[in-house]
Amino acid sequence: MNFIVQGYPAYAYTGGRPFDPAQPAVVFVHGAALDHSTWQWQSRYLAHHGYSALAVDLPGHGRSPGALRTSIEAMADWVAAFIEAACMARAHVVGHSMGSLVALETAIRHPARVARLALLGTSAPMPVGEAFLAAAKDDSPAAFDMQTAWGHARQVALATSAIPGLTLAGASRQLVARSGAGVQYADLAACHAWAPSPEAIRALAVPTLVVAGQRDQMTPWKSGQALAREIPGARFVALDAGHAMMSEAPREVLAALRAHLAG
Amino acid sequence: MAHSPPKIPHPDTLAVHAGQSPDPATGACAVPIYQTASYVLPDTDTAAALFNMEAPGHVYSRLSNPTVAVFEERMAALEGGVGAIATASGQAALHLAIATIMGKGGHIVSSASLYGGSHNLLHYTLPRFGIETTFVPPRDADAWRRAIRPDTRLLFGETVGNPSVDVLDIPALGALAGEHAIPLLVDATVTTPYLGRALDMGAHLVVHSATKFLSGHGVVIGGVLVDGGRFDWDASGKFPTLSQPYEGFHGMVFTEESPVSAFLLRARREGLRDFGACMAAMTAFQVLQGLETLHLRMPRHVATTAIVAGFLAGHEAVTRVHHPGLATHPDHALAARLYPAGCSAILSFELKGGREAGRKFIEALALFSHLANIGDARSLVIHPASTTHFRMDDAALAQAGITADTVRLSIGLEHPDDLVEDLARALRASQK
Repeated sequence: MNFIVQGYPAYAYTGGRPFDPAQPAVVFVHGAALDHSTWQWQSRYLAHHGYSALAVDLPGHGRSPGALRTSIEAMADWVAAFIEAACMARAHVVGHSMGSLVALETAIRHPARVARLALLGTSAPMPVGEAFLAAAKDDSPAAFDMQTAWGHARQVALATSAIPGLTLAGASRQLVARSGAGVQYADLAACHAWAPSPEAIRALAVPTLVVAGQRDQMTPWKSGQALAREIPGARFVALDAGHAMMSEAPREVLAALRAHLAG
Repeated sequence: MAHSPPKIPHPDTLAVHAGQSPDPATGACAVPIYQTASYVLPDTDTAAALFNMEAPGHVYSRLSNPTVAVFEERMAALEGGVGAIATASGQAALHLAIATIMGKGGHIVSSASLYGGSHNLLHYTLPRFGIETTFVPPRDADAWRRAIRPDTRLLFGETVGNPSVDVLDIPALGALAGEHAIPLLVDATVTTPYLGRALDMGAHLVVHSATKFLSGHGVVIGGVLVDGGRFDWDASGKFPTLSQPYEGFHGMVFTEESPVSAFLLRARREGLRDFGACMAAMTAFQVLQGLETLHLRMPRHVATTAIVAGFLAGHEAVTRVHHPGLATHPDHALAARLYPAGCSAILSFELKGGREAGRKFIEALALFSHLANIGDARSLVIHPASTTHFRMDDAALAQAGITADTVRLSIGLEHPDDLVEDLARALRASQK
């Protein structure tokens, strides 16, 4: 469904159920050059199990028009505005990769808006390799290939997919390839430029879960573990998956989220 | 600035490994045959989640099966697609592709040069369900363009036509399809992903008869439908089955659920569920056995075919040979561009002496099997006008590039010298 956020329509997938502001809401924030569909399994399950799921498309991604937000902070302000636009005082915020930085910044900048926080495939800071940035800057298909290859466990195509009949690398590559010109670069550059504030992270009072993939090639699991150690009281879970853990290990990601959201 | 993409597995490696981890239950290295109709549901909540697409997994083997899924994922990886659906036959794959994106009132523009079974479906059967097809000569770009109407929802052709062995200009047709916001579906049975990847050339959807070169040994009937994930169904606005709520699945909007796999979601959740033309686990196992050597078989098939084509072209009893590898073939340059490693292990030719010579020729062959199939380890021969294409009148036959004299060969894996000797002997017999 569509909301109006900062003056523009903003799309959020509601998991096959009408949005109900009376239920606890979970806002899902996708990674660079991706969209709401990366949360297909987790959001649809939670929407049918007592939550209002809102898997957003950030401005300029998927079904949401509007100008790209070119910094993690601006994306975080947009997420806070989205929560307000959906007539909610606060929501659980779950983010993956770039979305994990956006979720973290939302909790830092707008703590009253975030009930619980979950950070998947995360790292603070999140530097992006020079070759990857350069390819994305040129809108080269090589950048789509890089995001696909490094964004999954090594040689994911040679393993049985968790989603029968779907090849995860192929699906992910086509999703990235659909992003508009310049979107991938803007997102990666925002990740690269983001400078976390250690003090703000150590001052977080939001219950936080960090989920890492033991075979993550993009944000190694130790980076997630290091961040979890900095956030007061944060829980840390490592799964047998690569960076794209929501599709590589959909059940395990859901189980970790359910346990965390239940408190 | 040139950017180097990361290394990914070669097609040879994909053919052996893609889509398959060691069996989680037993550690079995070979693909286990999950010969089961259904799957035990651990609790009611998991059951409801599986049925409602809140969790991925297997429910019932008409919808998905672990052995079949390995074949689907391997084909999707080989073709460079986002996923695939295996079907009971190649015909079922073609029907599933069409039925997923159109119903009554839909229109298809198709190459006239088709396998007889596909022609039957499009020309005789689908009109009964309100879907019409206009057939065009595959090499006539203007004819394709002129045939497209406001209600056209699909362009269709065979990568290499069977039996006329014409080569489809996929890049040009993909671009034409894009101009009209409709997809291009190709039947890549003859080329297989080993000789050329149709999705990379500009097609949006690919079907195969897995009975042929994919399985390679003439032991199973099967098909597969691969989605490239490249077509924007929402932007097109012509495909409400994918972009509007589907009452048959709780109002699901498939393009919202997944913009890149919307087509496959609907094809599985409606087409496999309701039409039911699924692949059996045993069939998938047998196709996978063949697929593991696709990269070894195809070069041999193609190399021997070139030898046979050269021999026939120089034989006095032969009036014409149709094979894109020959410089005289009208698609020779196109074939070299799209399929540099060779494009076809089938060829057709016309014999001096008409039907009677054809009868003598086929009956004198000892090594070639006389049957209706292609893509076997054994070499095969047939007379299309009296068998695979016998429902076509002379005009339709001519459009499909077939005459009453046309003989089709599918070249197998025997030694080329033995095949040439067999052909030479039968050609002599045909002229007596």
